Amino acid sequence: MTIMTIVLVLMVLAALWASMTTLLLRATIGLALTSAMLAVVMFSLGATLAAILELSVCAGLISVVFVSVISLTQTKTFKDILQHRKGRLARFWPLPVVMLGAGIALSFVHSPVQIALPLPGGDGDVRTVLWNLRQLDLFGQILILLAGVFGVMVFFKRESKDDN
Amino acid sequence: MTIEIPQAFWYYFIFFVLLMIDGLWCMLATFNLLRMLIGLEILMKSVTFFLIVAGYLSGRMALAQAMVITVIVIEVVIVVAAAGIVLGFFRKTDTLNVRNARSLKG
Repeated sequence: MTIMTIVLVLMVLAALWASMTTLLLRATIGLALTSAMLAVVMFSLGATLAAILELSVCAGLISVVFVSVISLTQTKTFKDILQHRKGRLARFWPLPVVMLGAGIALSFVHSPVQIALPLPGGDGDVRTVLWNLRQLDLFGQILILLAGVFGVMVFFKRESKDDN
Repeated sequence: MTIEIPQAFWYYFIFFVLLMIDGLWCMLATFNLLRMLIGLEILMKSVTFFLIVAGYLSGRMALAQAMVITVIVIEVVIVVAAAGIVLGFFRKTDTLNVRNARSLKG
């Protein structure tokens, strides 16, 4: 439980850093660290396949996408960003206080919870569940991926002169 | 079928709520489109985390993993499509400030 607590605290701290830091590149690194910590938690709880996907896709691919977008859109100099720091701090300083308060308040709540579960059976290996029981999810994933590809193609389409 | 969730539920629930607060605050307190996207990502991380915890506590890890894989695929598509929208917005307005979206058509 102790190592798990350390990893969970690091995950929350990385997420906090990602939302509070002034530079967007640092925020991206914080997000990647959050994903990496989440992958460690998943691995500790026995979700190895999801952990691998989280680490490779969320910590890797999404970070690359973010860095690319930052490099294409960043126009401010480091000096300008530092000048806007005060305004940002005014909006973000209550966040750690709120999080700390919520954490302390929730740690005192220990009421028993009744949760409805689906009927037993049908839960075996993750590959069996994914390929045999959740086939519709896979079709949905393929459709969403295609929608994403076409969406990006539309966004990156160059305007022709006739369109204007 | 109902079961009484063990004490471990609250232990994980605290971190889930903290991540949710962080993500929501990041989305609401900023005017930068990219930072909003980062807030959305943190929110999705909290959901992914809680799905895995739910699978772990109910003994249905295979189903939870299948769900998480679907969530991760959708997450990637959302981020890539949103990044395209952000780039398009930047080309039009030369800024990432969401307040400038008021001047757009539509």
